[in-house]
Amino acid sequence: MTERYDIVIIGGGPAGLAAAVAAREAGAGSILVLERDTVLGGILNQCIHNGFGLHHFGEELTGPEYAGRFAAQVRGPGIECRCGTMVLAFGAGRTVTAVNDRQGLFTVQAGAIVLAMGCRERPRGALNIPGFRPAGIYSAGTAQRLINIEGKLPGREAVILGSGDIGLIMARRLTWEGCRVHAVAELMPYSGGLKRNIVQCLDDYGIPLLLSHTVVRIEGRERVQSVTVAAVGPDRAPIPGTEKAYPCDTLLLSVGLLPENELSRAAGVDISPVTGGPTVNESLETSLPGVFACGNVLHVHDLVDYVSEEAAAAGRHAAAYVRQGGAGAAGPALPVRAQNGVRYTVPAVIRPAALADKAPLRFRVDNVYRDKCVTVAVDGAPVARLRRRILTPGEMETVPLQRQWFQNAGPQSRVTVSLEEV
Amino acid sequence: METRELTCINCPMGCQLTVTLENGAVAKVAGQTCPRGEAYARTEVTAPVRTVTTTVPLTGGTAATVSVKTAAPVPKGKVFAVLDALKGVTAAAPVHIGDVVLPNAAGTGVDIVATCERQ
Repeated sequence: MTERYDIVIIGGGPAGLAAAVAAREAGAGSILVLERDTVLGGILNQCIHNGFGLHHFGEELTGPEYAGRFAAQVRGPGIECRCGTMVLAFGAGRTVTAVNDRQGLFTVQAGAIVLAMGCRERPRGALNIPGFRPAGIYSAGTAQRLINIEGKLPGREAVILGSGDIGLIMARRLTWEGCRVHAVAELMPYSGGLKRNIVQCLDDYGIPLLLSHTVVRIEGRERVQSVTVAAVGPDRAPIPGTEKAYPCDTLLLSVGLLPENELSRAAGVDISPVTGGPTVNESLETSLPGVFACGNVLHVHDLVDYVSEEAAAAGRHAAAYVRQGGAGAAGPALPVRAQNGVRYTVPAVIRPAALADKAPLRFRVDNVYRDKCVTVAVDGAPVARLRRRILTPGEMETVPLQRQWFQNAGPQSRVTVSLEEV
Repeated sequence: METRELTCINCPMGCQLTVTLENGAVAKVAGQTCPRGEAYARTEVTAPVRTVTTTVPLTGGTAATVSVKTAAPVPKGKVFAVLDALKGVTAAAPVHIGDVVLPNAAGTGVDIVATCERQ
């Protein structure tokens, strides 16, 4: 027998939990959260450092504390969470097929689906680093799990490639566990991590951040014995003669995150080639009606607080979709084009009739820019110009949208978001 | 007269701050582009603090570790003393968020508390 729920949420991490809480508050009667891990909370469980929740809770929490607050909120009537449950597929008819060790294979019919599967780390295989494949090469998140959850140290002497926040956090974590971190090498001329993490995780411990550097060789057959780092030119190719070998037993990779959309692709959801996440409209609805997306499966965030905010919106929109029996918004659907320094926007489509006032448009830029105007234009005519002193690829930007900007837009109108001179 | 170089952490600008000290007191802060930079530099030079977050082994439960933190930030110079004080410390299941795992760590007057639930 097929079970029925108003809303099925795939993923019980920060996005899924915030979506569930908001959907219940918005009146959804039955909500099912399907989580692959044995516990709720997702990646927050291994992010034991602090700095979470300043925006959402107004205080500084660790990852497990932040997850714990949401796990407490989902308890109670209306929300059922099934952990240890792997979703295998969902379809355009909003059926969800999953498996666990209690029910075996089962199918759920959903009024609406919220995708909240999060993201994965880019692996070594995506980098083409020459050398053998010895033990001692980990993604930063794997090392984080080993230390913080399993209580095992991945190595004693480390080099870190990539200056994403997880890599920076792990530099300090390893140092605190008595390991030596020789250097953090970053291919780009700037770090993708937060300034706070560069200062408090690297500078505090005298760990050098080598910008415009990459790993060119890994020595060692059974175990990593040394890692060779070289400077790169403007073309990001290694410069001969700049190689330096660091004797070490461990290489951590913190080289980017990829939204985990195998289920979405198989279901036929349109995926943005820029973000790797679904293209969504102002209501965070994907190209499949009644299927919504939020959090890192949609686009990679830097702060969980913004994931919670986005996921709550997705939960509310999913509840509204069920309440309205799947009726779409009337009026035009305007494509949003990112250009001139703006890499992408979420949403990628705006239906003015369905736009909540101050609904956030989120985007990232492709380089470091100073003193620019973020410009929103309809058919080439600017409707908003917001000055920014600095924009960096590592920090997500937000523009609160206003419905009045689009009042004169017609069915063929286009929206552009770009960086312009002040 | 002594000068210290700092990177402001308040926003992505990351202003390079130069703090001039006279007899241990802040005489001048330069390089900031907003008032938050000066406030950060004064605190960071005179009394920097950090929150320490780590794990201790769990006994009598199913998980291997319990995540813990200093209940309040401790002086930056005490970070490794706090970590040393935690060597050999374990926590027995069940553990709840906020449970004191080690009181008054390394004489800082700050307790180490659990940050996760463990059965």
